[in-house]
Amino acid sequence: MKLATLIEFLRARLKLVIRISIAALVLLVLWDTFLVDKEHAHTDAERFWGFWSFFGFFGCVAIILASKWFGHSGIMKREDYYDE
Amino acid sequence: MNSFWLHPSLLFILGSLLIPLIPARAKRFYLLLVPFLVFARVITMSKGTFGELNFLEWTLIFGRVDALSQVFGYIMSLMAILGTLYGLHVKQDGQHIAAWVYVGGSIGAIYAGDFLTLFLFWEIMAFSSVFLVWYRGRKESLWAGYRYLLVHVAGGLALLGGMVMHCTAAGSWEFTQLDVQNPTPATWLILVGFILNAAVPPLHAWLPDAYGEATFNGSVFLCAFTTKTAVYALCRGFPGMDILVPLGVIMALYGVVYAVLENDCRRLLAYHIISQVGYMVAGVGLGTQMAINGACAHAFAHILYKGLLFMGCGAVLHMTGESKFTELGGLWKKMPWTFVFTLIGGLSISAFPLFSGFVSKSMIVAAGFEEHKLWVGFLLMLASAGTFLHTGLKVPYFIWFGKNQPRKETFDRATEPPWNMNVAMAIASVLCIFIGCYTPYLYQMLPFPSVAADYAKTVYSSYHISETLQILLFTGLGFFLLLKKLTPEPTISLDMDWFYRIGGRAFSWIARGPVQTLDTFVGELYRYAGLIPLMITARIAGMFDNVVIDGLVDGLASGVRGVGRRFRIAQRGQMQENLALAFGVTALLIIAFIFYWSKS
Repeated sequence: MKLATLIEFLRARLKLVIRISIAALVLLVLWDTFLVDKEHAHTDAERFWGFWSFFGFFGCVAIILASKWFGHSGIMKREDYYDE
Repeated sequence: MNSFWLHPSLLFILGSLLIPLIPARAKRFYLLLVPFLVFARVITMSKGTFGELNFLEWTLIFGRVDALSQVFGYIMSLMAILGTLYGLHVKQDGQHIAAWVYVGGSIGAIYAGDFLTLFLFWEIMAFSSVFLVWYRGRKESLWAGYRYLLVHVAGGLALLGGMVMHCTAAGSWEFTQLDVQNPTPATWLILVGFILNAAVPPLHAWLPDAYGEATFNGSVFLCAFTTKTAVYALCRGFPGMDILVPLGVIMALYGVVYAVLENDCRRLLAYHIISQVGYMVAGVGLGTQMAINGACAHAFAHILYKGLLFMGCGAVLHMTGESKFTELGGLWKKMPWTFVFTLIGGLSISAFPLFSGFVSKSMIVAAGFEEHKLWVGFLLMLASAGTFLHTGLKVPYFIWFGKNQPRKETFDRATEPPWNMNVAMAIASVLCIFIGCYTPYLYQMLPFPSVAADYAKTVYSSYHISETLQILLFTGLGFFLLLKKLTPEPTISLDMDWFYRIGGRAFSWIARGPVQTLDTFVGELYRYAGLIPLMITARIAGMFDNVVIDGLVDGLASGVRGVGRRFRIAQRGQMQENLALAFGVTALLIIAFIFYWSKS
């Protein structure tokens, strides 16, 4: 049950958790911009600071919006669709 | 060299038949013993070709043990231990039998050196695994099982047709790499049989249909074996087949799109099998040593983390009776350990550094970039973002947290699963992390270990870590910002199974509607236009018959009977002989296989 206590502890401090997460994101981009050796990059575009951050974020947004659009264009049906 | 060679599948198939005879007290011990014996047998097998059997004019090869078959044999027998442990408390013997025969079929297909043996085990897999769906016992599972079987029979027929054509032309049944540069119709048919089992769209709809409907532990087996056996067969037969690259990339993204729409957690995971197998299929299509390594490594890692994810969601289903996101939520208080295990599975599939997916998936992406197929690399990266979005975030969030509240009885029922399920999940979790942290364990097993050892030097480079963490963590940001958009909806999504589900209905409608009406109409027409005149004619004919024909025919009939009697004695009963011969040969084949200690 200790595990549930830990989760409860974190949930009670949700704002702090969110702030730490955002700080981690910022640090990650800073690390990538100034410290990471980009010799192994496959393309020039990847040398742009935080390239993969933008890729991840906009990729995620694009997947959600495109999929939902696709789903609501007639693919998603009521659960009893196949029932006779 | 004379040596005894015991086929690992034999242990499973024979062992499964004994399950009902084992007394209840010893059953749990026995259920664990056999998978351990199989695993021990697999890891102690030396490389070479064993178990050759001459059958009619063909040579069947039951044991081709090389680096490629060993990596799959190893992980499959390991997964069989975990899967059996997970379902150890299941009382129905039939489920254990079905699962073991299924694993036996899968391992048999992996070690098969010729097409006939491959086909034999391929079909054993299909016909045993369907029981894992049927044992759920719902009306829906019955139908899903039938659909699963029908699709696999169709795929099996394509495979058989292709094999016969290929082997007639080649003059040998040996299963080696096919000529992928100049594919013949036979090559295409074999490919169709393989990619149907690998669930490549548009031949994929059987997978979410069946895996979402199977028993809670049945899906743990199902998710590991069928598609990965197909990946093995593709690695063996089709490395470098160009069309597999775009097909794999489409698969990887297709699964991601449907996962957004899915409301059932196990169907979501099933769509992510399609997505992950897409990486492997693309790797086979790239065909370089690095890519084939990647496909094998990813299959290895995938069996463990996908098994773990299905165990986590299966535990939720087993304990609460629910698998839909709209019926779940806030379970962290009740099932925190299941949450942690599922999260580890989610982080592994998402390729987080230090988890198994990180060291396997990246190999395929890197192979794509190395071949200067940038679109392959970037699109597979995009699919990685989608993977984390669903399996790493959506599944844990909407089951264990989220705003949704389950019904009170669901919430009250929820509690941590029995010990054996927890232990199976814990072992799988440890293995997922171990593979991610200690790369030589997996890399040394791959078909091209030196290429893998070179890759091991760069896999934990700062660039690779930074790249992966950025994609994943910013996907996380996107997830929480668009959380409202992702709220599950109680819907189902139409997929390619629509064609045969509605097609089947159209068929039965035509049979019931137009065909029956036509039948009635013809019947009526016949009655009025045919029957009445016929009766009149018959009466006249009857008179003629009484007077003229009888005399003639009686003589003829007795003649025919006499000849017939003499013929009957002379006949050698060919039909029965053929049947007896066929049964005899089959029985001999089975006996030879069962008591098989063959010379290599």
